Amino acid sequence: MANFKPNTQVDFVVIGSGIAGGIMAKELSSAGFDVVILEQGDFLHEKDFRYDQLKRTSTSSLLNDDAPTTFRQTDKEKAVHSTAFRYGRCVGGGTVHYSGSSWRHHESDFIERSRYGPIAGTGFADWPLTYAELEPYYTKVEWEIGYSGLGGVSPFESPRSKPYPLPPMPNKSSGVLMERASRKLGYHAVPVPVAMLSQAYRGRSACIHCGFCSGYGCKVGAKSSSLAAVIPIVEKSSRCELRPNSYVREISVDKSGRVTGAVYFDANKQEVFQKAKAVVLCANGLESPRLLLLSKSSLFPNGLANTSGVVGKYFMPGCNASAHGIFEHELNEFKSVTTTRAIEDFYNADPKRGYYGGGRIDARGNTGTISFALGGLPPDTPPWGSGYKKALQENFNRTLTVQAFCTALPQETNNITLDPDVKDAWELPAMRVTYKDHPDDMKNKAFFRDRALELVQAAGAIKSWADPVREERAMGHTMGTCRMGSDPKTSVVDRFNRAHDVPNLFVVDGSSFVTSARNHPTCTISALSFRAADNIIRTAKNGSIKAPAAS
Amino acid sequence: MESVAAQIIPTDETPGAREAGCLYFIDRALTTFDRAQQPVYARGLETLQAKTRELVPNAGKFSGLSPAQQIQVLKAIENTPFFAQVRLHTITGFVANPEYGGNRDKVGWNLIGFEDKFHYSSPFGYYDGESQLSAGSRKG
Repeated sequence: MANFKPNTQVDFVVIGSGIAGGIMAKELSSAGFDVVILEQGDFLHEKDFRYDQLKRTSTSSLLNDDAPTTFRQTDKEKAVHSTAFRYGRCVGGGTVHYSGSSWRHHESDFIERSRYGPIAGTGFADWPLTYAELEPYYTKVEWEIGYSGLGGVSPFESPRSKPYPLPPMPNKSSGVLMERASRKLGYHAVPVPVAMLSQAYRGRSACIHCGFCSGYGCKVGAKSSSLAAVIPIVEKSSRCELRPNSYVREISVDKSGRVTGAVYFDANKQEVFQKAKAVVLCANGLESPRLLLLSKSSLFPNGLANTSGVVGKYFMPGCNASAHGIFEHELNEFKSVTTTRAIEDFYNADPKRGYYGGGRIDARGNTGTISFALGGLPPDTPPWGSGYKKALQENFNRTLTVQAFCTALPQETNNITLDPDVKDAWELPAMRVTYKDHPDDMKNKAFFRDRALELVQAAGAIKSWADPVREERAMGHTMGTCRMGSDPKTSVVDRFNRAHDVPNLFVVDGSSFVTSARNHPTCTISALSFRAADNIIRTAKNGSIKAPAAS
Repeated sequence: MESVAAQIIPTDETPGAREAGCLYFIDRALTTFDRAQQPVYARGLETLQAKTRELVPNAGKFSGLSPAQQIQVLKAIENTPFFAQVRLHTITGFVANPEYGGNRDKVGWNLIGFEDKFHYSSPFGYYDGESQLSAGSRKG
């Protein structure tokens, strides 16, 4: 690993070490540029990960649990403290603890506005790039990061230039039941692609099916996180330095409006200014807009790269709907990956439904004993006593969940702003989230809840129930807050993730998304990062990165 | 306290909260990660005593009541923050990792069928096993 001095102007500072920042740093340093990665969280390793179910459900060093985020549904309300806005805060970011389900977007996701027309009260728009342009990068993601899946079996899949490098994970009982239900209903169950190794690959071990995927760091490095798949490469590079426990408070600019580097607090809360020719911001859909809003200057009084006023707006979270069923025999869903089969028969929006919305539906079971005991039993179960105990004993291994991952419309009124009153542990304004589901999102969740329940019943459940359709108040998969577009008046970054306002600033993560697709953002975030990196390397090599004058 | 936990997950032909040592989990929680709940327990135990005396006038302590009387008292306080917290701790402790004091000898995990292993191979459950079998027989 390299070791740079803060007052040495490096080529790039990359903020965030999740999958976007990891890929970016690897690509830039491999191309011969000097790179410093600044990561808020700790540098944890496989040996540090524990399969402690209590820590998973209460507090965990993998997440930003101590961040004092506030939440409200509309700007008429006073935002109140919320622990519901969690993201991966450690080297590797969210890919360390995610379940690994990692789908490409479809061709249609990039052109939905052209296909369906405008939607009142939203910023519904086409992406400024097409699936065909991103396809080579999707392939690069699957092969370089290490994915397991089976292409060519789904009638809904967009064209792919190469198969997955590894075969899909072995099917689980949830997947077999999904296939059974799909056959009965005329749907098409397909293997879930996962950023996980079904076989040993490029010096990394295969999955041992321990079952501790979602919410845990992988102890054998079989989950293709940024930590397992990319960070080891940048660690070996003499061009790249990874600085964990580095909390960035500002991206600085000079009088000409060029980025000059980043100011951060180190582990001892001492301020450090790292000089750079350019900055790539990969801090996630919540923290990237927050950092731009924190980086106010006389040239950018409303926040850096925010002459459009769009930074932080059009926030889209993952929307969900689900149903459950109890089966005669054991499913043992606590083993292996979270989910192995899904359907995309309702992926596209359908004007006949009378609203905009679509989704993907997968089948899964209970992975955690505590979360199941507290929240997984049928709603008519007695809350305690012998009836409760009997239900717990009989159903832990026999309960199936069918889960839908649904669209969220981009609305200007859903946004990330700086809380005027609450401060974080570094005395910086806390993040304030304002979010209320669009009426179409609610209709869509109700539609998918009904489909989920039908699937559970068609699979042969002896008892079934659906979760109520809820407004989203707890959110992962954060998207849309520095949206990509061709028009600098209505978007933050261009089609190569370069800030419209600042030539040597790039923003690459879920914040670039124009629409939510069908949740599951990681594969597309990864592909965008490879693509943006290619373009940044070209730009830097031809001398048009427009770095500030070295002082 | 143990009698309350033992009504939440009772002992019958299989072990309950008592055998799992949920009381030790509660002790650990109140002195470490859930210290903030101590006042809820302190006030709650007073409520429990008062309710016991109210509903069973000649009784002494809650732990001395018959099972039916205990259930009657707990039903009367079932919607209090205290009972919600004891329920949360008892159930959590029953199926949490044993190093937290509950789930002693993995009795909770054994009861529900969670295997404490970190390595499995396919088939994982009944339905995928059955599907592999039928796929195998089709081939043959």
